[in-house]
Amino acid sequence: MPDSGGPDSGGPDGGVTDGGVTDSGVSDSGGPLLQLRQVGFGYPGRPLVFRDVSLHLPDGSITAVLGPNGSGKTTLVRCAAGLLPVHRGSVHRRTAVGYVPQARGSSFAYRAFDMVLMGRARHVQVFRTPGAGDRAAALLAMERVGIAALRDRSFSTLSGGEQQLVLIARAVAAETSLLILDEPSTGLDLKNQVRVLRLLRELAADGMGLLLSTHEPDHALYLADTVVLLHPGQAQVGPAAELLTEVSLSRLYGVRVSVVAYVDSRIGSTDGSTHSSANDSAPRSTIVTHYDDSATVRHGEGTA
Amino acid sequence: MLPEAHPRQVHRRRAPRRTHGPAGSAAPTRIRTRLPILISFGALLTVSLLALALGRFDVPVGHVAQILVGGDLGADTIAPTERNVVLLVRMPRVLLAALVGGGLALGGAALQAIFRNPLVSPEIIGVSAGASFGGALALLLGLGPVLLVGGSFACGLLALALVFLITSGRGGTPLLMLVLGGVVTGSFFSALVALVTYLADPFTTLPAIVFWLLGSIAGATPGQVLVALGPILLGTFVVLALRWRINVLSLGDDDAAALGLRPRLLRWVVLTSVALIVAGAVAVSGVISWVGLVIPHLARMWVGPDNRVLLPVSVLLGGAFLIVVDTVARSLTAGEIPLGVLTALIGAPVFFVLLRRHRDRIWDSA
Repeated sequence: MPDSGGPDSGGPDGGVTDGGVTDSGVSDSGGPLLQLRQVGFGYPGRPLVFRDVSLHLPDGSITAVLGPNGSGKTTLVRCAAGLLPVHRGSVHRRTAVGYVPQARGSSFAYRAFDMVLMGRARHVQVFRTPGAGDRAAALLAMERVGIAALRDRSFSTLSGGEQQLVLIARAVAAETSLLILDEPSTGLDLKNQVRVLRLLRELAADGMGLLLSTHEPDHALYLADTVVLLHPGQAQVGPAAELLTEVSLSRLYGVRVSVVAYVDSRIGSTDGSTHSSANDSAPRSTIVTHYDDSATVRHGEGTA
Repeated sequence: MLPEAHPRQVHRRRAPRRTHGPAGSAAPTRIRTRLPILISFGALLTVSLLALALGRFDVPVGHVAQILVGGDLGADTIAPTERNVVLLVRMPRVLLAALVGGGLALGGAALQAIFRNPLVSPEIIGVSAGASFGGALALLLGLGPVLLVGGSFACGLLALALVFLITSGRGGTPLLMLVLGGVVTGSFFSALVALVTYLADPFTTLPAIVFWLLGSIAGATPGQVLVALGPILLGTFVVLALRWRINVLSLGDDDAAALGLRPRLLRWVVLTSVALIVAGAVAVSGVISWVGLVIPHLARMWVGPDNRVLLPVSVLLGGAFLIVVDTVARSLTAGEIPLGVLTALIGAPVFFVLLRRHRDRIWDSA
């Protein structure tokens, strides 16, 4: 068939490799869900976007990728998901990956349920359509994410937050144990941010491994065990508690940042419900950005 | 796991615009998917039966049924002329119209999905122009009907191969490269067609070429039906079997790859199948435009964008539409109006009216 070339299709501006997980293949052997060894990527004729990124993602853990605009966050998660070929190093995944792109309108007004159902593509044979088992799995995923009520809504009429939840449900319906998300909380209001963040923690608590990129150090602090800081030209990887410091964040973004301890970190108190499972290991500090001389505190203020 | 049965919304077409998609989404899945297909199938059967009865030589519908079933249904005796008209003259035309119309509508619907663009019709991939050149060349050289069909078919597939060569290099956005490749290839073969018509003898071969290009199934023979049957049915079967995969592909290459598909490979399988259909259609009927653009839009307004329903409905409605147009073409005047002209004459105003009435819903992008 015309399409035998593997990595040749990964040209500039986001060409896609056909075999989503072909770069180093999926190995059935044990080890971490996802392992990156000294990975580097660059677009043709330009210096590498990042180099020497090494990380491993065990079951039930969350790794967050942080960095200023243009530092290659999206590129890195796409490489990890196998959507872009790496130019240096290697990527190993133990299982198939569920990938959640940034929510954006779809050309076609598919029902939310049909969108989630498409997460079953790996489980449906080429010349078949999804069966009762696939519909059950899709419905279960929607219930898991808490959007079963949206099932008959048209995807294009959903709000950005709802679309993001549908895309996460789609990845959940794929029944993979590795989830890679590109800025899952960007463009969402506070309530939806909380909803998404809490869901991601629950998924990790269920044993899934999550890799996500984010613009919000706060979210990384809340979610991640490990963080990747993408400085121009080099990357720092380490435990969240060690890397999310005033010094490193100030250096990463080039603005003054403080980390402030506070007592009650009950994220989600915005809608008044209680969430014991999500609160047990909630962080005791939040990150404050200095817009000018005075500090502006994000959520968490007032509950201290 | 299926939802409880809701009463089907009867007046949703007239209802004020709501947040739903056009598919009457409250209806249970099974009815939502099967009812439109059944209705379209009924429409195709009805239209076929009427088309066999109607024409300048009138055969009552009862007689048509009797001829088709073969037994003695009524007291009437069937004149041999009636039998000949129905089985030998009209039947090949009806079958060919159904094949060509259904195939072109399906091709258009599938291409609109994978290009994620409403302006796409089967002509976009350059195959029609290639097939036109093959047929025109065969007519110019006086090669006879077999080579007319064969040359047309071969050049149609050659055009697809050229598109593939143009797009197979490194880099570029796959979809954009594909459109550009199709435009380049189509223009090139259109120029070759122009060259052929320029070289043709204005008194003998030129009229033959021009009329063939206008599109017609007036000379339909059982042999032509057989020729068209293979590639059109093969392509139709593959595209229909992939109908849910085409949904996934229509999300874009990134999403499709993330969901475990091989988008480029799948796209080429669909393109090749559509090329088989288009080349087969042009080979036996010339260039019949508009069916591949109008019918998918009509069907999408009715059943929504889900290709699991849209593609079967497009096939059936496309077949029915071309049967109607062909029946009009041979009934209105003694000298037949070329089919390609009529599809455009009927298709353009109908499309205009639909666009005016449904302009907000025509594509359903945000």
